Amino acid sequence: MSARGDVRTYSGFRAMTLLCLVVLYSPLIIVTIYSFNASRSITVWEGLSLQWYADVFWGPESGKFKQAAVNSFSIALIAATMSTAIATSAATGIVRGGRFRLRTASLGLISLPLMVPEIVTAVATLIFFNFIGFTRGYLTILVAHIAFCIPFAYLPIQARMQGIEDTFEQAAQDLYATKAQAFRRVLLPMMMPGIIAGFLLAFIVSLDDFIITNFVKGAGVETLPTAIFGSVKQGIKPNIMAISTMLLVVSIAMVTISYVVSKKDSST
Amino acid sequence: MPESRNAIDVRNAVKRYGSFTALQSITLSIRDNEFFTLLGPSGCGKTTLLRMIAGFEEVTEGEIFLFGDEIENLPPHQRPVNTVFQNYALFPHMTIEQNVMFGLEMRGSSKEAARRKAGEMLELVQLAQFSARKPSQLSGGQQQRVALARALAPEPKVLLLDEPLSALDLKLRQAMRSELKSIQRETGITFTFVTHDQEEALTMSDRIAVMSAGRLQQLGEARDIYERPVNRFVADFIGETNLLEANVEEVDSTVATCRLANGLTLECDAIGNARPGADVHLSIRPERVTLVGASGDPWQGTVKENVFIGTDVQTVVQLQGGIELTVRTQNSAAGVATIFDPGTEVAVGVEAGAARMLED
Repeated sequence: MSARGDVRTYSGFRAMTLLCLVVLYSPLIIVTIYSFNASRSITVWEGLSLQWYADVFWGPESGKFKQAAVNSFSIALIAATMSTAIATSAATGIVRGGRFRLRTASLGLISLPLMVPEIVTAVATLIFFNFIGFTRGYLTILVAHIAFCIPFAYLPIQARMQGIEDTFEQAAQDLYATKAQAFRRVLLPMMMPGIIAGFLLAFIVSLDDFIITNFVKGAGVETLPTAIFGSVKQGIKPNIMAISTMLLVVSIAMVTISYVVSKKDSST
Repeated sequence: MPESRNAIDVRNAVKRYGSFTALQSITLSIRDNEFFTLLGPSGCGKTTLLRMIAGFEEVTEGEIFLFGDEIENLPPHQRPVNTVFQNYALFPHMTIEQNVMFGLEMRGSSKEAARRKAGEMLELVQLAQFSARKPSQLSGGQQQRVALARALAPEPKVLLLDEPLSALDLKLRQAMRSELKSIQRETGITFTFVTHDQEEALTMSDRIAVMSAGRLQQLGEARDIYERPVNRFVADFIGETNLLEANVEEVDSTVATCRLANGLTLECDAIGNARPGADVHLSIRPERVTLVGASGDPWQGTVKENVFIGTDVQTVVQLQGGIELTVRTQNSAAGVATIFDPGTEVAVGVEAGAARMLED
């Protein structure tokens, strides 16, 4: 295993790795541990307790958090579904559409939102909604999320699709499948790992988004990130840590699913 | 209307990509129940022609008939021909059995009937025990046979094979040649096989179409093409040969006497355009020439080098006037006795009828 070119033989490898791991994960670990703290303080450990989890579900702020969670998860689910569907069509067109005019331009336009600072997108989206006279609320958040999730859903789908040679569809058509059947029976199942990865990425990005949501949301409509931000402004209580830990678990679950899907795919 | 007993009739088919012409007016017929091979170097248009028959390439001009029915405007799924792809293109998310059943189901067979037929096909290629596996769990040779079973299962009127053996190693390739040939005989389905490997073409085919630069160069049985190549391209591409420049001295009905640049003369069959004074090329296969010890023979020269190639030894002899002639001697006791060291003076004997006059 330890071949001569192995990075593990480089000097300082161990120290560098440890430093990176500590910087990346110690805040997450501390938040997770302190979410089980029995104290009202966020820095003093007073023993193990689930009181802050209970506080999230049944405490004074529970109504606000529940509504925010429902909003967040429903928006993430719908936005991820819609953007994945749009991204799948876009990838099919761009990868399988041959050379058409504006192909490079379309590709650029789809991935542009990744390069644009999020605050710019947020302001632009807000101005757009004002311009067309759209009342801000749940729907504006949803539309904005669908839009900015598309590039995140698109990239894994396109990457997957580029790895699929077009002889598979030709083979399907050669075996009497119409174009639609070839797409549904052969291309779509082969793209599925990319589509799932794109969906999960879009879901996480939507769930996690603060800046754009904060701009386009109407008064009284909150998602988890904006609700958490609102609470934090009045001082950080350990119930925030409990919520953060639960969100972390959701993210880990997503990543795990994504990993298992890609693993299963590469073994077949 | 072409005769309907031909499996495929290609009439003046042209394929252009923008200003580039990939196929220049190809006309050929593939007979029912034959093993037909399109042979040529890469870029000669053989795969383009196959894909035009399958329906993956549009025909710029001309017609293609399948048992008398015009098909060049039908989409691939409406053409009763199936293809074995070069990279097999087995569907990775389906089992072997599902792969073989795919075409049958798309054609409207019931699941039961499709499963039964798939079983028979996998039996035919000796892979019945692997039906529940995924393609990635099979070796290259096994995947190749699955691709064959999948393409044969819907009983196509013509089976198209696009260099299916090129990814296999030599031993397996040789075994698959005879297996393909016997499956063709067993099923009675017309096979149209594309390859750049002349040995593959010669060993398997009933008839071969040699293509180059988008044109059909020669069409005929294997022996015909090897023994009577019509032009320099075919003579050189199929097997090895000596190409010699010559001038036609006289033509006596069917026999022409040709004079080489060094003054020596050879007799060969006269072809259409041979008339006294014409400059022509002659092809002489190296195995039709023998080495004999030096005598007073005018066909005299010096051994330049010997190359050992296993079954044969190839000797290059420099004749007078700078003409080089390659001679193949079988690596047997009798053959080895006629091999001489480089620098030795020898005479060469060209068998009667060995020289073949070429059209260009």
